[in-house]
Amino acid sequence: MFGFSSSRRHNRIRESFSDRVVYCITILVMILVLIITLYPFLYVLSMSLSDQGSVLRQEVWLLPKGFNLKSYKKVFSDSSIWVAYGNTLYYTIVGTIVNVIFTCMTAYPLSRRRFWGRNFISLLIVFTTLFSGGMIPNFLLIKNLGLYNTRWAMILPNAISVFNMILARTFFMGIPESLMESASIDGAGEGTILWKIVVPLSKPIVAVLTLFYAVGHWNSYFNALLYVPDIKLQPLQMYLVKLLVLAQDQLAEGDGDLLQLAMEAMQTKYATIIVVILPILCIYPFLQKYFAQGVMIGAIKE
Amino acid sequence: MANSTSAIARKKMRTTPKKALFYIKRDRMLWLLILPGLAYFIIFKYVPMFGVLMAFEDYRPSKGILGSQWVGLRYFLDFFHSAYFSRLVRNTILISVYSLLWGFPVPIIFALFLNELRDGPFKKVVQTVSYLPHFISVVVLVGMVQSFLNPYDGIVNVIIKSLGGTPINFLSEPSWFRTIYVVSGIWQNFGYDSIIYLSAISAVDPQLYEAARVDGAKRLQIMFHVTLPGILPTVIIMLILRFGSIMSVGFEKVNLLYSPATYETADVISTYVYRRGVLDGQFSFSTAVDFFNSVINLILICTVNKISRKVSETSLW
Repeated sequence: MFGFSSSRRHNRIRESFSDRVVYCITILVMILVLIITLYPFLYVLSMSLSDQGSVLRQEVWLLPKGFNLKSYKKVFSDSSIWVAYGNTLYYTIVGTIVNVIFTCMTAYPLSRRRFWGRNFISLLIVFTTLFSGGMIPNFLLIKNLGLYNTRWAMILPNAISVFNMILARTFFMGIPESLMESASIDGAGEGTILWKIVVPLSKPIVAVLTLFYAVGHWNSYFNALLYVPDIKLQPLQMYLVKLLVLAQDQLAEGDGDLLQLAMEAMQTKYATIIVVILPILCIYPFLQKYFAQGVMIGAIKE
Repeated sequence: MANSTSAIARKKMRTTPKKALFYIKRDRMLWLLILPGLAYFIIFKYVPMFGVLMAFEDYRPSKGILGSQWVGLRYFLDFFHSAYFSRLVRNTILISVYSLLWGFPVPIIFALFLNELRDGPFKKVVQTVSYLPHFISVVVLVGMVQSFLNPYDGIVNVIIKSLGGTPINFLSEPSWFRTIYVVSGIWQNFGYDSIIYLSAISAVDPQLYEAARVDGAKRLQIMFHVTLPGILPTVIIMLILRFGSIMSVGFEKVNLLYSPATYETADVISTYVYRRGVLDGQFSFSTAVDFFNSVINLILICTVNKISRKVSETSLW
């Protein structure tokens, strides 16, 4: 006992000079990584909060100079951002519910070994990740189905992600088949087994699915760009897209008074970016471990 | 022996239609459950696959896919002979290759160094922060890039000016586009991409580390001779996967980052298809371009999978 602990202490003392140098360098590199990752967020925040004079004189580079919420007032005074925010919330909530239900309903039969045709259907599904019709046939399909310019165009075309479905299937396969067999002997239908036994036993994976899908909806702009030209139905990201393009154009021709206008537009842009990412920044620290978990489960499959 | 014959027998039984019908009937509840998902994949994935037929015809929306005039390979030849062909292929490949060259090693190096840190709050913070940019939308990322590189007040140009240089309008310089694309991509994804290597590192046999330490190996030696070989299979798989998608550059980021001034280096196949197809309404031509790209991608991923199976005995399927 004594010998063991002394040898451990001996080991620690023996950590060589070069090892300590390597460790210090590692910590320095990591601090650098932290700075590089966080700096852009801080910069955008500072620019959005600083008073206009300091921004014009280009004095802001780290912390806000002065304090002014004018740009935020301007952002929120635009009624269309509220509409866009509402739309994004709608797409995120309804879309994620549809996603999770569809994904579980597809993954469950494919996880059952007795299900005849599971290999063929799996193949059919996985093949869609290797080959697709492409942008134009999809675009025409949405038009022909009558989904063009409706809220469903934001939800249905991405109802199931193959990656997430396989994630769920892999997890479901880890649940002992005997549980389901005995439930069905007791007279439970497959639907009941899925919602009353499988899903409750799969809370971690359902959490991962919810998070992946919800972040996807929150961040997506592609579907809106292609399928939803109506401003009243467009999500927050699309609102920001227009702002970015606009700011770029204004600056391209900006000098004198125009420059000041352009600067104002820039500050509004920074404030909008903060407004768009704030919800993610707020919930992120609590949820990030689930994301990591999801990637790990996905990795095991391969 | 008996086992294998029964397996063959079972296989034979499975293929008879009568037996199949029996299984379907027995599991009709499961079929009912999978029906919506199956319908989704057929309607939203397989129907558009037949839509590519219009690459071979002079598609008129009023006549539909079956009624339009067949033109064979005309649109493909148009594309191959156009000035855009070589530019688009070159841009697409170069953007992927540079992303691979600079972006691929970063998460591996990051994972190796992160693994050196002692478990504790600092390591947790580094990890959490490094994943963060992955969850920011492309739109926000491009917004940040624009603000950083802004020729008037962007921090990069402020620094250039304070050093006595002339400001560069990065986003309208074709020669800067790839650099901007690759660097912002690395910033956004290095942390998240490192997760898979971290999980591979955690699977390395701890006895190897103990043995190395007993033999007096230094930190760096352990990193290079134990950890790195331990995660090599994962590295190879990831590398192979990246090669398989070398001809596919995502639409979303390029579309926001480029402008007519930078088309020369920035325009890739997907953005070209969008402009010609969705904006200009040349459905058949742009479908032909897209289809050409999809076929190349399919061939690439199949080839790469085959090579992978031979080289590392690991494959996607």
